[in-house]
Amino acid sequence: MTVQTVPSPALSGSEVQRLRADFPILRRQIGSGAERTPLVYLDSAATSQRPSQVLDAERRFAETSYSAVHRGAHTLAGESTDAYEAAREAVARFVGMPVDGVVWTRNATEGINILAAALTDRSDGAAGALTLRPGDEVVVTEMEHHANLVPWQRACARSGATLRWIPLGDDGRLDLGALDDVIGPRTKVLAFAHVSNVLGTINPVAELVRRARAVGALTVLDACQSVPHLPVDLTALGVDAAVFSGHKMLGPTGIGVLAARPDLLNALPPVVTGGSMVEVVTMTTATFREAPQRFEAGTPPVSQAVALHAAVDYLSAVGMDRIAAREDELAQRLLAGISAVPGVRVIGPAEPRDRIATVAFAVDDVHPHDVGQVLDAAGIAVRVGHHCAQPVHRRYGVNSTTRASAYLYTTDDEVDAFVAALGAVRGFFGRN
Amino acid sequence: MAPSGGSLEGLYQQVILDHAKEKHGHGLREPVLDAALAVGSGQSRQYNPLCGDEVTLRVAVSGLEGPIPGRRVEDLSWAGEGCSISQAATSVLYDLVVGHPVEEALRIVGDYRAMLRSRGEAEPDEEVLGDAVAFAGVSRHANRVKCAILGWTAFEDALLRTETGARDGEVR
Repeated sequence: MTVQTVPSPALSGSEVQRLRADFPILRRQIGSGAERTPLVYLDSAATSQRPSQVLDAERRFAETSYSAVHRGAHTLAGESTDAYEAAREAVARFVGMPVDGVVWTRNATEGINILAAALTDRSDGAAGALTLRPGDEVVVTEMEHHANLVPWQRACARSGATLRWIPLGDDGRLDLGALDDVIGPRTKVLAFAHVSNVLGTINPVAELVRRARAVGALTVLDACQSVPHLPVDLTALGVDAAVFSGHKMLGPTGIGVLAARPDLLNALPPVVTGGSMVEVVTMTTATFREAPQRFEAGTPPVSQAVALHAAVDYLSAVGMDRIAAREDELAQRLLAGISAVPGVRVIGPAEPRDRIATVAFAVDDVHPHDVGQVLDAAGIAVRVGHHCAQPVHRRYGVNSTTRASAYLYTTDDEVDAFVAALGAVRGFFGRN
Repeated sequence: MAPSGGSLEGLYQQVILDHAKEKHGHGLREPVLDAALAVGSGQSRQYNPLCGDEVTLRVAVSGLEGPIPGRRVEDLSWAGEGCSISQAATSVLYDLVVGHPVEEALRIVGDYRAMLRSRGEAEPDEEVLGDAVAFAGVSRHANRVKCAILGWTAFEDALLRTETGARDGEVR
């Protein structure tokens, strides 16, 4: 292991231009006739665009090797299984988890639901050591995406455990002063976002893991907004489990990852059962395989795994540290630009420290839907609404926001075009 | 689906921008329930889970003791949060139905709904729809149709509730 002492240089403007050529959709024009304008895609926090390398890998696989995995004696079955398991190894390396701890899921949401269901499963009569009980506490944060909140609400409802949360401060960051009060001996699970999908805030994982470990609680990291944008080593971070989704990191939809300590996965009961995850089945009983197959019932997303392999290869070739450095620049530019528009308020950390290039904001007297519509007329794609995080919005006194989110293919010119279009929004609706 | 870029003025007619600011009928108020006219009220709260927008609309109808043809919309008031399309649509609704027979109001709602579902194909009748024809452009934007219909759905639901005086969205 090498210790990095010199920060990696950010991707240069010409490098960004070169890699943009890999993304066919970035050549798209929006609108018709004289009003045609190039697409400015600032919605990567919702879903990212895919380079030809990813699209081609999936097609090539389908045209040459595709078949069922983990069964059959024919050539294609062997090639498909190799490709499928090679993808698992690549993703495991990419996030620093043992390969046996990488479970393919439909998406990140499913990964959290699997954990929440397994931790509340009492079907074997005697509950396991990890099973949540009345009196136990599950701790989340006030900034969670609904995907890392609602499954825990349901888990508490099933088990009698109590849901608690780390509150948000006015600065768009967690109020760490509340940790002593919220995390204690009753805490069994601490589930939290690495990076907020609304605020862009990067949470202090090391500190939170330290506090959870001190009381023997499991840590579950929602890494959906970190793995695509930052170098992430889950083992170094010390979390017990993490989830992320393929489609936010240049990969396809329909595949996500539950990455966890293999010994933890093997101590949990299976959740979705059926073929591929069993050892011996009789008419009345079944025994289950070890992780990761333990949690992969049914035909898995083979083509999607192959495409996700190509995506992590692409990201690794560019360099996650260089992507993160470039996105730091984009975060600064976005924040400076948005903050300078009169009547616009950033929801989230105002300073470009410990945050990613995802910026949510409110425009005085103009609803986010209307903001998004005016920006769309300029070819600019942003997200509007509550971004599946209603409590975050409630905390900051708004129903919904507009969110601009950048990625490695975003240019400075695109940020500037967005800021210029944003500057015209209030005038369009006659607000001064 | 029609590309949405570039047709901003087609979507945001001046009528819509004006109503979004003026908001006729905005601010929930208690209707005068005149027993001699058999006036009753109903209230409905509609919510769009996709964007979090909501509207609460209260309506007062006279002639409740008789058959529907004799009933009239006496008052309408509303509150809520939403985009300019949803706010303007509810404001226009107020202008179109208050003081009119319930049957006529329902016909207007039917025409309006048909226009919004037409994907830009309908030629709305301005005689019936009045200022609401300004929302014809919304039908080209599939993701905005819900915004334009929110308050109108609340109106239909509130009308039904006048039968029992039920108030949706209120702790009783």
